[in-house]
Amino acid sequence: MKLQDHRVLLNGIVEHASEADSVDALFRSVYRYYHIDYPKFFKMDNLCKLAFLSAEILLQGTDALQKYPGEQIGIILENASSSLEFDRKHQESIRDRNQYFPSPSVFVYTIPNIMVAEIAIRHKMKGENTVFISERFDPELIYHYVSELFRNQRVSCCLSGWVECYGDHYQSFLFIIEQEDKIKEFKGLQEYVILNTLNVEKLLEGKPR
Amino acid sequence: MKGIEDGVSDIILDFPILSQHMVDVFVGASNTITSLGFSTARHVEQIKANQIGISIYPGGNLCPTAVPLSLVDNRQLLDLFQKYLSKTKPDLQLDLFTRSEMLHILSIADVLKRSAVDITDSRTLIILSTLKGNMDLLEKDRLPAIELDRVYLWKWGEFLGSFFNSSNKPLVVSNACISGLLAILIGSRLIKAGRYDHVIAAGGDILTEFAVSGFQSFQSLSPKPCKPFDAARDGLSLGEGCGTIVLSRNHSLCGIPEKIVVAGGSCTNDAHHISGPLRTGESFYVAICTALREASLDPLDIDYISAHGTGTDYYDETEAKALSWVGLERVPVNSFKGYFGHTLGAAGIIESALAIASMRNNELFRSAGFENPGTSQHIHILTDHAVKEVNHCLKTASGFGGCNAAVVFKKI
Amino acid sequence: MIEDLILKLKKEIIEELNVENITPEEIDSEAPLFGEGLGLDSIDALELVVLLDKNYGIKIQASKEGRKIFRSVRTIAEYILEHQKK
Repeated sequence: MKLQDHRVLLNGIVEHASEADSVDALFRSVYRYYHIDYPKFFKMDNLCKLAFLSAEILLQGTDALQKYPGEQIGIILENASSSLEFDRKHQESIRDRNQYFPSPSVFVYTIPNIMVAEIAIRHKMKGENTVFISERFDPELIYHYVSELFRNQRVSCCLSGWVECYGDHYQSFLFIIEQEDKIKEFKGLQEYVILNTLNVEKLLEGKPR
Repeated sequence: MKGIEDGVSDIILDFPILSQHMVDVFVGASNTITSLGFSTARHVEQIKANQIGISIYPGGNLCPTAVPLSLVDNRQLLDLFQKYLSKTKPDLQLDLFTRSEMLHILSIADVLKRSAVDITDSRTLIILSTLKGNMDLLEKDRLPAIELDRVYLWKWGEFLGSFFNSSNKPLVVSNACISGLLAILIGSRLIKAGRYDHVIAAGGDILTEFAVSGFQSFQSLSPKPCKPFDAARDGLSLGEGCGTIVLSRNHSLCGIPEKIVVAGGSCTNDAHHISGPLRTGESFYVAICTALREASLDPLDIDYISAHGTGTDYYDETEAKALSWVGLERVPVNSFKGYFGHTLGAAGIIESALAIASMRNNELFRSAGFENPGTSQHIHILTDHAVKEVNHCLKTASGFGGCNAAVVFKKI
Repeated sequence: MIEDLILKLKKEIIEELNVENITPEEIDSEAPLFGEGLGLDSIDALELVVLLDKNYGIKIQASKEGRKIFRSVRTIAEYILEHQKK
């Protein structure tokens, strides 16, 4: 799936386009459009909201959760800004020693892997989980790393992609990675594409920040 | 062909079947920098002498009130770095570097001196682990000579990589307090995948008002130096530091005579809460079991455990539960955090380096701060330094976001 | 007097703890805040500690005193009236 330019794409189809005038309003509109009922959403920072919504939409378009137990599903994500938006918010809350009230509900979001945690908690994904920080999405890293996780049977399925959110700039694209020999067992497949060393760059074209 | 551009969701991985021969990933020379000193050897000396590097910070820039912290000797840091710069890059000024960068450069440089891995080789990857990198750049008094965009972790990483003329952009891992251990695990996996032959894993975090105030807001800092696993434990002590370790498929380049490998490892997620641990210990238990299984070891094969042990109520309790559940309750265990605090992004690497020092020297160190058992499940905390043959070591870590990591080191 | 404070607290809780889809009037003053009721968690408890400090000048230790003080909106209000600095 992909959430960018106020449009949601799932499996190549535009599912939702929003007229919202701010990132906050956009995320609310997507939340409502998909009839999500998850009060903790409103406590999240925008990075986690984006990750949460993206995973929610993605998982509606695949049957990964039905096929694999949570312990066997990993989450490997990348972004460029880490948690910079809430880093600044936290720094601001301690700027003035006369108004010194650091907030735990802000501080907890000053590390990027909380976006993985929010997805994991919602969907009970308990496998390998890592956040990499890089200027652009690095598909080669995902390819080599997830291959090794599969080869070593650390996970059977991986939710991966790019979730970037800082101020007005946001972009996410997520996808499910499965092993070919495993998917042959299951019927009713969604449309899928083979990822290998030949097409990895073309398929997962990294976008500049 | 549709691609991610179109929001394609399902990707099938088609990877080459590697040969049956398993690649051994050797650990090699290491460096550690904390309040206790600027090398792994110095740390071992200080720990043997029962030196505690956590002291009461009286209040100031880092925190308005007094709090125990473990700070790197800043004067010595600047002095060492200036000397290093004058020798290697005399045209560069000190004020071009942030504190985090100075720590990482000194640490990596020390390791390069002690091993034969070529950091400029295209088959060498630098993996950096940190929670907040150059977060001090957001402070109002930051040095003008340093561009603000080095607050971006990828830019920080690139800066460090180009300082050492690395062929590959460093990989940056930021995954809460397991980052350091994860960097070692990821490094070993990428070597086993055949993508690289050598990894320099370096992890660090500096202490800032940002970090201290944040942990204060969680009321998780002890008013005294931390006491991991102790009955009277009441919080963690923050520390700063940097650790670096070499990983290589080629033992002769590692810089140590002993053959010690990363035999197995695993990372799991509690999928429970964003800051509190899953108190049954189940997910932590799974990580440890998986690591043991990959290493082809039984729990009773483990000679020593270097635990995460922060000194907080729930995390220590959860870890003790997990260790006991696996069947490790009789294996000698310590936490290093009683000596130099919780060094965040550096912790996993510094503590692994010291655990490996224990393996090399066949000696174990007491768990500083521990006096009386304080967990519902008994585990065998080291109360004295000890001599013991250590062939198999388990290192554990857990962190915010429900993440757990376990790595097994094996002498072969 | 306490009823005014209780209403004020309800508004502050909704605002500071990002509680969605509920009005101050809908919050039961006597209902448990944690576990059931609003279903607040450990981070919310720590946030209430900040709220008490910031808005009322009262400092407490969440781990020791929090459970009793934060049981319901009313118990928080009662604690504030007892301990608020002039």
